[in-house]
Amino acid sequence: MSDAPYLRIENVVKRFAPGAAAAVDGVSLAVARGEFFALLGPSGCGKTTLLRMLAGFERPDQGRILIDGADMADVPTYRRPVNMMFQSYALFPHMTAAQNVGFGLKQDGLPRREIKERVAAMLDLVKLGRLGDRKPHQLSGGERQRVALARALVQEPKLLLLDEPLAALDRKLREDTRFELVRIQQRVGITFLLVTHDQEEAMTMASRIAVMSQGRIVQLGTPQEVYEHPANRFVADFIGTVNLLDARVAGSEGGLLLLDSAEAGARLAVAHAPLAAGTEATIAIRPEKIALAASPAGERNRLDGRIAAIAYRGDASTYEVELATGKILHAMAPNTARHAAPFAVGQAVGLSFAPDAAVVLQS
Amino acid sequence: MKDERRAWAVLALPYAWLALFFLVPFAIVLKISLAEQAMGIPPYTALLETGDGGTKLHASFANYLFLLSDSLYFRAYLNAVKFAGVSMVCCLLLGYPMAYGIVRAPAAWRGFLLLMVILPFWTSFLIRVYAWIGLLKGNGLINNLLLSLGVVHEPLTLLNNAFAVYLGITYSYLPFMVLPLYAALERLDPALLEAAADLGCRPWQAFLRVTLPLSLPGIAAGSLLVFIPAVGEFVIPDLLGGPDTLMIGKVLWDEFFTNRDWPVASAVAIAMLLFLLVPMGLVQRLLRGETA
Repeated sequence: MSDAPYLRIENVVKRFAPGAAAAVDGVSLAVARGEFFALLGPSGCGKTTLLRMLAGFERPDQGRILIDGADMADVPTYRRPVNMMFQSYALFPHMTAAQNVGFGLKQDGLPRREIKERVAAMLDLVKLGRLGDRKPHQLSGGERQRVALARALVQEPKLLLLDEPLAALDRKLREDTRFELVRIQQRVGITFLLVTHDQEEAMTMASRIAVMSQGRIVQLGTPQEVYEHPANRFVADFIGTVNLLDARVAGSEGGLLLLDSAEAGARLAVAHAPLAAGTEATIAIRPEKIALAASPAGERNRLDGRIAAIAYRGDASTYEVELATGKILHAMAPNTARHAAPFAVGQAVGLSFAPDAAVVLQS
Repeated sequence: MKDERRAWAVLALPYAWLALFFLVPFAIVLKISLAEQAMGIPPYTALLETGDGGTKLHASFANYLFLLSDSLYFRAYLNAVKFAGVSMVCCLLLGYPMAYGIVRAPAAWRGFLLLMVILPFWTSFLIRVYAWIGLLKGNGLINNLLLSLGVVHEPLTLLNNAFAVYLGITYSYLPFMVLPLYAALERLDPALLEAAADLGCRPWQAFLRVTLPLSLPGIAAGSLLVFIPAVGEFVIPDLLGGPDTLMIGKVLWDEFFTNRDWPVASAVAIAMLLFLLVPMGLVQRLLRGETA
């Protein structure tokens, strides 16, 4: 990994109609060589438009895109050192898997023998060695996905763009393919830029994530940073499940911020720098960081409620707990014993969380 | 069981239709082509003759041998194939950009543009061909315009020659080329062209490597739809053509109505059908190779 950013996006703006809201609104980003980077956001947040500008299918209205130091402004798609793996895969239906993979190499005018060798090596890498002479319609969804990946990798691009690469696969295959993609990325050493709306996909594969909303990057960081230190309510809510409690700062005490939450019906303590009393804030707590006990325990950050519903997921269960105020909180507990269900619907339980388990978000 | 019977009933209807209106007339024409010309109604001899010595079969290939003996028929066939083939290529060269343009037009325009392609069908075919006479004749619209602009000093011969026949067939059959091409090009996923560009194709290279091969079924369908009826075309060469534009359809007409030789006319029709099976078979094979 070199220190200079390999892909640099500088203040890029894109509007599809004059006067319309910007699809991409002043995005700046730097990605290092060999990184597996994810653009994460809900549909319509501008992540795909940004990706299409990198591929050259759209032109930015403002700003610059530099790949390995070269400005891409006047470089047409067919000359960019970039390849894209399409969400629909966009495999050529009149060509075999091997012809699809070799399409770009043939276009580059490489000798036939070299094309054959590189296509075979690439098909082996994606474990499709024996299916090279099948047409796309004779392949399963997962096999098509791997042909698309091989086709995008074989020209050894400086940057590989992946547009929702796993969206069309079923759940089990999707989970296996995540590890497969990371393995392949580490093996080929190409910089990957992934676009996805699936936070789990971004978190498990990418080394860094940019969370986008309404054309802007709202947070940039490692998966852990984004999950444990969300910058605002949107990120906290979009990434994973979270309990949000509206609260007002009451004061500070021994490094802890004290907040009164009408929704929780309690004064809660959260590890956070002091804020002026009376400030409106939101407390965010992940379900797995809330402890659930049949008999109320501890005295700090303790809330009493009644179990309203249980979602059994095998390894763990998510409990909907209704507080006396009517507010519903989600708590998660692992299912460690095989025979006894730890809690039942209607049961009175005590919830508690450590002061450093929660995050204070200022709106 | 019941479903199966219902499925058969559904299938039986089109088969019955085809048998009644295609197979039976074909058999009748085939029968007549094996008979001899005769005075009377109908003007040909019976195929089966029932007399004292039982039933006798009177089938002769004399009419087919006659077609081979007179080079007029063979030349008329070749002429028809030439006119239909060249017009088919003209239709393809004109129709492909048209279909491509319609597919690429804004969605709101597409319906209107397709309507413009189909619009000529709302006027009688015969009237449209007559209209060309008015346009092409010596003191017609085109010549008068060229004369008044001083482009030419004496009228061009635009009518009653091969040019007029090519023009007429191309004009009349163009929609049959455009519509299947439109259907084929419309199915083409735009992402495929983006993928081709992404893999290094300039736009024209992407056209040659992706768009063209994927529109082959449309090209084949359109070409057949133009070529097959154009080979048997009678009205256009009769109205717009001249002495050098004899096509097999005209020969067939003359045999049937002028010479009242039904058996030879039938033999011409059967021979034309066999002639047309060759290009159809070739296209079928081509398409099968493409999709397999």
